Amino acid sequence: MPKLDSGAALESFRQSLQAAQEAQRPCVTICSGTGCHASRSDKVNAAFVEQLQAQGLADKVDIKRTGCHGFCELGTIVAILPQEVTYLQVKPEDVAEVVTTTLVEGGVVERLVYHDAVIGAIPREDDIPFYKPQTPLVFGQNRYIDPCDIDSYIVKGGYAALAKALFSMSPDEVLNEVKASELRGRGGGGFPTGAKWKTTKEAADPVKYVVVNADEGDPGAFMDRSLLEGNPHRVIEGLIIGAYAIGAHQGYVYVRQEYPIAVDNLTVALQQAREYGLLGDSVLGSGFSFDIAIHRGAGAFVSGESSALMAAIEGHVGEPRPKYVRTAVSGIYGHPTNLNNVETWATVPLIIENGSEWFRGIGTEGSKGTKIFSLVGKVKNTGLVEVPMGIPLRQVVFDIGGGIPKDRKFKAVQTGGPSGGVIPEKMIDVRVDFDDLSAAGSMMGSGGLIVMDEDTCMVDTARYYLNFLSEESCGKCVPCREGIYQMLGLLTAMCEGTSQPGDIERLEEISGVVKDFSLCALGTTAPNPVLSTLAHFRDEYEAHVNEKRCPAGVCKPLVNYYIDPDKCRACMLCFKECPAAAITGARREIHIIDQSKCTKCGACFDVCPSRYNAVARLSGVPVPEPVAAGTPVSPRKGGDDE
Amino acid sequence: MSEQTTVDMAELLGRYGGDKSQLIQVLLEIQRRKRWLSAEDLEAVSTSLGIPYTQVYHVATFYKAFSLVPKGKHSISVCLGTACQVRNAPRLLDRIVDIFGVKPGDTSQDMQFSLDTVNCLGCCALGPVMMMDGQYYSKPTNEELERLASAE
Repeated sequence: MPKLDSGAALESFRQSLQAAQEAQRPCVTICSGTGCHASRSDKVNAAFVEQLQAQGLADKVDIKRTGCHGFCELGTIVAILPQEVTYLQVKPEDVAEVVTTTLVEGGVVERLVYHDAVIGAIPREDDIPFYKPQTPLVFGQNRYIDPCDIDSYIVKGGYAALAKALFSMSPDEVLNEVKASELRGRGGGGFPTGAKWKTTKEAADPVKYVVVNADEGDPGAFMDRSLLEGNPHRVIEGLIIGAYAIGAHQGYVYVRQEYPIAVDNLTVALQQAREYGLLGDSVLGSGFSFDIAIHRGAGAFVSGESSALMAAIEGHVGEPRPKYVRTAVSGIYGHPTNLNNVETWATVPLIIENGSEWFRGIGTEGSKGTKIFSLVGKVKNTGLVEVPMGIPLRQVVFDIGGGIPKDRKFKAVQTGGPSGGVIPEKMIDVRVDFDDLSAAGSMMGSGGLIVMDEDTCMVDTARYYLNFLSEESCGKCVPCREGIYQMLGLLTAMCEGTSQPGDIERLEEISGVVKDFSLCALGTTAPNPVLSTLAHFRDEYEAHVNEKRCPAGVCKPLVNYYIDPDKCRACMLCFKECPAAAITGARREIHIIDQSKCTKCGACFDVCPSRYNAVARLSGVPVPEPVAAGTPVSPRKGGDDE
Repeated sequence: MSEQTTVDMAELLGRYGGDKSQLIQVLLEIQRRKRWLSAEDLEAVSTSLGIPYTQVYHVATFYKAFSLVPKGKHSISVCLGTACQVRNAPRLLDRIVDIFGVKPGDTSQDMQFSLDTVNCLGCCALGPVMMMDGQYYSKPTNEELERLASAE
């Protein structure tokens, strides 16, 4: 492959790729994102190779391993093109039938397509209710692209925005376009991207850097991972465009080592981009030179903070420094450095290609464009969703997410990760944008939406986040290191039933100190999970402190399990499931929990059939005396004993 | 103690050519190959990159990816990220502790299994999730765990 040395060369290459593709060969696309990889998509892939061979189609059908489709809950996802039939939860043993029915006979394997309670079978992916309300501008290409094949990106118009920027726009024009788009950083802060670029561009130092922050540390969020794994060239293209606008000649991608597939795919992508002349000396023959290096992070949440991340790139411990001077002015080795999140960079090519006016047409007054969210937790359809800014939260949870599983009651959505807060049911109609979520006492963050149902304890949730933050606090400044530790102590006491009157007020007081005096955002936002749950669920805190009761029945030391002798049908399910052998009983004998052996894991509660509902979870009340061992089950009114 | 992987340090360090900024990358590579960093390893890195030992030690103890004690043959990570947490990951962890007979942060006596908890494996839709030797397991059953625990 000769290097592409002009915008025209790129375009004619794209046309040649498209012409070759127009033969409309059938293609099996297999999602190979981490979610589907975990569902053994590699075995499904191997099964397709074998079956196509066995059924004589090996040279008539292509197989493409693509990036993440988003609907990870139902992986492995296989889409057959050009028919656009999408199969979910495909197992290797399903593959022979798919090849025969769809590729040989042109039919549909009904049992593998999405089934909707109302509409019935839905063979096309875009018609599935999970996808329908979405606007997948940034993420949508994933499913058509093989991340290890640059041609599959170019044929879809990839790098056209870069050619446009290099050959028909000046660096200033590119910067102004991004500024005019009102794009805000997708990593959490929501800082205007154009203004950030301008600061670095205008810094006097001629040596400048641009960096992709792929240290996606928020537990419960995996948008950046899926973009970087599934469509690395879009991130690279955005970074080159940014470097051109800012005047940087070296870029870095800081990626967590916990994301090995992302590192691998990115390494391949950078190599291919260099071979094609899209990186290195004189990008696309434009005279502008730029290259990108990968830095693997070694596991530290605080390293996602800009100054800490840059220290890590230099090979140091990833601790933040006071930012009297911003990293945009003095970053890596003291040179001006512009840091943006993966999704922000991936949005840039769209803005250059379609113009800032188009971008501003999507979203709300203060938040333009779309945002990718990781919709997880107690929700039926989990996965990645991309929606226009301003969509009501209710629509995301109930229309896209399909509501709460097992008919449980919705309680809250946690947004913004460990720096964010909860949105309770009464505020579920809030618009999802930077400003409205902040006004609601939470924040956008990087895009984790963790749905919680009535079985989630808010005190325990706050304790969970503070535990995370106390482990991740780098320890450099006292308010964060000691304050979070003390807050965690108070919360742990509440969850264990050893808290004292006045602990809630003490918690609030320390929160104020940590918030006001910590060095970096890890500390200043650390009290948010506490303050926001306190604001909406103060009664739960009071029940823990005053009554030693956990209303959700989560905090083990405050909970006891008890088998109601009038309801127990002696079905032996809980007896078999109990890992601590704390349940005694036999067929037709009422089961009894030995409270001294019980580890309160809740397994008995979960397995007790809903038609019996015999296992009770008690909190704040004494456990009734058990019946005598060997007591037979009471005769049943209905008479359908097992 | 079971077999110890040996690493050709001269070959490995030679690839980085004394570039100080590569400290973390060098340590990650050693960690990947032999699953832990010995005092001798840190010293070799210190000499090769010309970075004081204390600074190498500082970095090696700061980041979670590094272990300064030998790790078992099989490494198990249980995700306690928020999404897994609300789907009852703590109970999965309890079951794993029971079945593998090793506590979080520890390695089994026979050096077969090391168990760690992590804050997010990034496949939240499948939670609760565990990872063993690079392979993900979504909502593993007790039978599945017992099969894994009998792995050689």
